[in-house]
Amino acid sequence: MPPPRSTPRLRIQPLGDTALLAELGTRLDTALNTRAIALAAALKKRRDVRQAIAGYASVTVHFDPDQATYDSLAAAIRRLAATRPPMAEPGRLHRIPVTYDGQDLDDVAARLQLSRQKVIEIHTSAIYRVFLVGFVPGWAYLGPLAEALELPRRQVPRTLVPAGSVAIAGRQTGIYPLPTPGGWHLIGRTNVKLFLPDSDPPCLFRAGDRVKFFATQA
Amino acid sequence: VTVVLHVQDPGLFTTIQDLGRLNAISAGVQPGGAMDRFAHSAANLLVGNDPGQASLECTLSGPHLVAEHACVVAITGADFDPQINGVGAPSWTGLFLAPGDRLAFGARRAGARIYIAVAGGIEADRWLGSSSTNILAARGGKEGRPLKSGDTISIAAGPRRPAVSGRGLPNAIRPDYDDHTLFAVAGPQIKRLTVEGRSLFFGSTYRLSNNSDRMGYRLDGPLLATSGDELLSFGLVSGAVQVPRNGQPILLMADAQTAGGYPVVATVVSASLPVAAQLLPGDEVRFAEVTLERARQMRQTLESALATLR
Repeated sequence: MPPPRSTPRLRIQPLGDTALLAELGTRLDTALNTRAIALAAALKKRRDVRQAIAGYASVTVHFDPDQATYDSLAAAIRRLAATRPPMAEPGRLHRIPVTYDGQDLDDVAARLQLSRQKVIEIHTSAIYRVFLVGFVPGWAYLGPLAEALELPRRQVPRTLVPAGSVAIAGRQTGIYPLPTPGGWHLIGRTNVKLFLPDSDPPCLFRAGDRVKFFATQA
Repeated sequence: VTVVLHVQDPGLFTTIQDLGRLNAISAGVQPGGAMDRFAHSAANLLVGNDPGQASLECTLSGPHLVAEHACVVAITGADFDPQINGVGAPSWTGLFLAPGDRLAFGARRAGARIYIAVAGGIEADRWLGSSSTNILAARGGKEGRPLKSGDTISIAAGPRRPAVSGRGLPNAIRPDYDDHTLFAVAGPQIKRLTVEGRSLFFGSTYRLSNNSDRMGYRLDGPLLATSGDELLSFGLVSGAVQVPRNGQPILLMADAQTAGGYPVVATVVSASLPVAAQLLPGDEVRFAEVTLERARQMRQTLESALATLR
């Protein structure tokens, strides 16, 4: 793969006076996500950077305003983004057992004009990428979900989704790590713990990891 | 470790906080930490601690504490009518408590949160590099929960510098808590507002809804229409004003979610976050756009004020 020579889509903007957002693109794309993760890792090593978090196709950088300005850091990011990122190591593969008996499974199947079994078959056939860990502790945005399973979020989010619920929305899938409100369609559940408060890092999935679901009997 | 204070009554919602755990946001753990970092840092500096030591953050009402050992404390932030043994005591200054002295509070007079620091630094559960209380994960601070009656407050060691009661931070160099103007720089998705929408946001008065807490403030006022496709989720910061599809802006605060995909139309600058931290549901607030250079000057003014205590 040739090195990316230029980054015409790189867009850097302030997020207040101590952070900035560097966007590498606007598409849900594994290559963009790989570059975002590599850029975040490179930025984290700088002394003037307090934290750098990769999004789907962006990096949010928290900087020390006594050591860096928005302009100095933006210039450094432009230089870093123009260099070839180090070869990304394949992320760890997590094998997740799922009992496909979610409250929304029948509704999802009906709306997609598929059988329950077909929904399960499609959901378990792909290896998903962890694009981003965030939102709530341990939550990971996994994707891309097959187009055949694409549905908008629920009109009315649930006020409480049980921990371990496996859900889909748009081109994404995920597992609720904690009992929280949620607007995704619940298709199953797993007993794998995603949020591990007494480990460091306190989550099972890391950005760049891969996830495969396996159907188990209830 | 020495027990210095006994919690007779914790007040409405009192948690242990420090400057948060920015390192943990890559696991989706909220950064947390004191909402009003100026008041938190000042309280620590007033008693000779480093600004990063833990303090008590008390929301809406103050606790009732009894000194087990002699100690020096400082109360900063809001004005909840502090009293020692029933006699009014000043805020923003070091206060000596003798064994048996009672620190209590009357009615809330201004602001939303007070900070109480103790010379030597409050002992707390550390989790992922911080003593801040994370209620969702039930970790950090005091067993990951708000204080309750019967808890004790201990200090780790002697203060970094001799704790002297009577040191103060003059009113003139504190943030102007009475002016509810929040200064903000334009956000990455400001262009998703129309020109009219932008002047509506920066020109209108908003009111904190009842749905406002350490996670964020939902703002009642003119709804903001945003355009464009759904955004890919990205890392968020406290101070960000995001606009969900219903058009009601949300100001993200210390315990906000770490990522999201709604347009961020503005970000409140660090020097205005202490003012934001002292707002209550029902309070009116306005947003004023500033440049990064102006934001830097404002930040340095507050840093210089804290530097007078070092």
